[in-house]
Amino acid sequence: MKQIPVSLLTLTAGVAVTLISLWVGQNHGLLPEQASEQAPLVDGLFNVMMVIGTALFLVVEGALLYFLIVFRKREGDEEDGIPIEENLPLEAFWTAIPAIIVIGLGIYSVAVFQEMGGLSPGHTMMAHHSPKSTLVAQAPSNDSPIGGDVMPLLADAEGVEEGEAKYGIGAANQSSKPADLVVNVTGIQFAWLFNYPEENFMAGELHVPVGADVLLNLSAQDVIHSFWVPQFRLKQDAIPGERTELRFVATKPGTYPVVCTELCGSYHGGMRSQVVVHTPEEFGEWIEQNRVAQKDTNQTIASNPAAMTPSEFLEPYSQEMGITGDTIAQLHSHP
Amino acid sequence: MTQAEVSIPSHATEHEHAHKAWKWYDYFTFNVDHKVIGIQYLVTSFVFYLIGGLMAVAMRTELATPDPDFIDPSLYNAFLTNHGTIMIFLWIVPAAIGGFGNFLVPLMIGARDMAFPKLNAIAYWLNPPAGLLLLGSFFFGGAQAGWTSYPPLSEITANVAQSMWILAIVLVGTSSILGSVNFIVTIIKMRVPSLKWDELPLFCWAILATSLLALCSTPVLAAGLTLLLFDINFGTSFFKPDEGGNVVMYQHLFWFYSHPAVYLMILPIFGIMSEVIPVHARKPIFGYKAIAYSSLAICVVGLFVWVHHMFTSGTPPWMRLFFTISTLIVAVPTGVKIFSWVATLWGGKIRFTSAMLFAVGLLAMFVLGGLSGVTLGTAPVDIHVHDTYYVVAHFHYVLFGGSVFGIYAGIYHWYPKMTGRMMNETLGRIHFVMTFIGTNLTFLPMHQLGLQGMPRRVAMYDPQFATVNQLCTIGAFVLAFSTVPFLINAIWSWSRGEKASGNPWNALTLEWTTDSPPMIENWEVLPVVTNGPYAYGMNGRSAPAEEEVAVSSR
Repeated sequence: MKQIPVSLLTLTAGVAVTLISLWVGQNHGLLPEQASEQAPLVDGLFNVMMVIGTALFLVVEGALLYFLIVFRKREGDEEDGIPIEENLPLEAFWTAIPAIIVIGLGIYSVAVFQEMGGLSPGHTMMAHHSPKSTLVAQAPSNDSPIGGDVMPLLADAEGVEEGEAKYGIGAANQSSKPADLVVNVTGIQFAWLFNYPEENFMAGELHVPVGADVLLNLSAQDVIHSFWVPQFRLKQDAIPGERTELRFVATKPGTYPVVCTELCGSYHGGMRSQVVVHTPEEFGEWIEQNRVAQKDTNQTIASNPAAMTPSEFLEPYSQEMGITGDTIAQLHSHP
Repeated sequence: MTQAEVSIPSHATEHEHAHKAWKWYDYFTFNVDHKVIGIQYLVTSFVFYLIGGLMAVAMRTELATPDPDFIDPSLYNAFLTNHGTIMIFLWIVPAAIGGFGNFLVPLMIGARDMAFPKLNAIAYWLNPPAGLLLLGSFFFGGAQAGWTSYPPLSEITANVAQSMWILAIVLVGTSSILGSVNFIVTIIKMRVPSLKWDELPLFCWAILATSLLALCSTPVLAAGLTLLLFDINFGTSFFKPDEGGNVVMYQHLFWFYSHPAVYLMILPIFGIMSEVIPVHARKPIFGYKAIAYSSLAICVVGLFVWVHHMFTSGTPPWMRLFFTISTLIVAVPTGVKIFSWVATLWGGKIRFTSAMLFAVGLLAMFVLGGLSGVTLGTAPVDIHVHDTYYVVAHFHYVLFGGSVFGIYAGIYHWYPKMTGRMMNETLGRIHFVMTFIGTNLTFLPMHQLGLQGMPRRVAMYDPQFATVNQLCTIGAFVLAFSTVPFLINAIWSWSRGEKASGNPWNALTLEWTTDSPPMIENWEVLPVVTNGPYAYGMNGRSAPAEEEVAVSSR
């Protein structure tokens, strides 16, 4: 290895590898669209690693292929190869270069993590002192079909949330400014429940306005679930007994999947929902609709709730909030 | 080289008088010969590899369509749990450490057996009951909480099966601890006096590092699982949040072992690579010391990276950042090994035997697995892809493209030593081509699935991912069929293969200085080390010695 030729050929190969890697880093097309303020940060880091990774991949695989062809055993040649056991400068080189690369990537990761808000979960406590009266509080009596069973469970989940969230992704600028919108997210086998505490209603899909600073308080009823929106590049486990949070600003109106990524039982794969990012006006309308629906239901309940079957009682909810009789049945069956 | 006259007489004289070789039925008994135990480990683990593989085929068949229409989702979860468990605890670990470690370490260091032969046999015989417990658990629904078995899910799902699963893991964990003690003592105390530390074959260095790691980490897993067993069966509440328990604590206990377990599965394979490549490239290994010490470095750093499995769990910011940095550091010693093997090829006379093909295939794929590992090591990217198919792609590139290819390379390389017969090279090449295509077809598209939004461990998924999943399923079938030429080859060659000489590859490590298969107690007179283990082209060795050629062409 004494005479590594720095010929024109090597130089050309080096330039080609560099150009290909740079191109791949920008055009690999492997990541879904970006819909949160964190997404471009994560993608930036990923793309840099893609560039470095492609370059290393091409160099190592290229060298491997080249050596396999050039140094293959020829017919009738039974001799041994050249006895080279070590080359200190070369070994120092290929130890130092990866070391420098990973230190650089480490520093970059820390910066990205901080900018994402990773260093400041739990910096906002305001939200939890907002009125907590949910559907529960408005159910007329504990004898009503859901008042008796479902709601205490949900109330328990919120009881956990009294403290400060220790884990998750917090405010990006590390300020203790309260979030524009707080949603309490509860994971159950096998659905997500989205409770809007300020508006006193619950939904089966997450609706948020574009550009707003949204705080999700995550909790789990039964087993660990994990809340993931691929287009937001954000994921956080919802853990029984722990409070976690995700804070984000959605940047692009649209409908994106909400996926559970922690194995939570037989129908884990079916635990999917949606997050709908509205324009502020649309969001206002959506809130209004739900308020109205809420009032209607309250009146109905007030008239004669105990006489209704669970499915009759749930009918208005299932349309507006995505909670179906199945969901409730699962809650019932759960200890 | 100091000359050391050693002719330690065999200590078990009754064996010598009775017979020189084992009969076939000896392999089914409580036998204390390290070679028998090594083959017992390899054959048993290969059976479990086939069972775990069938589970994978069932899962991939289910995933050919987005709906759960092939098997029941609970059974799917039982398959994914036991596929992972079997492949780790009953295939790669016992094959790589128990199989190759037991067969090769005493032969490579010039010992007549392991330091504690009976302990060795006990360690092996803990494995079959563990396997039976896992298979038996299917009568109770099978454990369904994943090989990670996070509570609370593992505490509320299929309790009997989950308890059987825990007992099985504790059994193989105990086996692993017993084996580790044995390897450490054997390598330190039982080398022939003429074998110095800097001439110890790299496979033995790898097994030494692996054993130290297993010894440090396995008891922690046993503790965590015992607490889980108590929670399930005896009313304790270590991991029950509504009774004051903490579910995240389990994850720390679990991953404190299970991340090092990744190195338990790859370090011995690195050792196999360092043996196979020099022999078939006719080159001294490049950077002996760097490879030996990087094993130890991986082993030390590997103890402090476990939280990278928990970046989205209940972990505070400082932890996520600390473990990002420590995880990235592991890439450095691993890179050193890869570069050293590639450099070993330079200037060689590469023989494309089946063993070499699998070793080179490993190199090609491990690079990709390592690079995706670096992306996963950083918290921001991991938050996006954690628990998705990107992770599945990554660890199959490392564990299938890495460990399984390494085990195959080892089998093709040492089969003549173990059985006294050569394997068929044509079938070997067919096997390699099918496995290489199957692996890449199955696991390469999974990177995209994960990045785009498909979570792992699901029996049903968003229809937008159907096409790519079908590609993976086809790959899985190719992989399943790729074992057929291997099985035919291995079974047929065992009785009908061309007879192998003592040193068919013309290799220099000590296991090739005895017969194939080696006699009981390995040598009539213990060998004396006269050259380094990788001294190809050195000490006047420009061509292989005449008599060896004559022997191999017999």
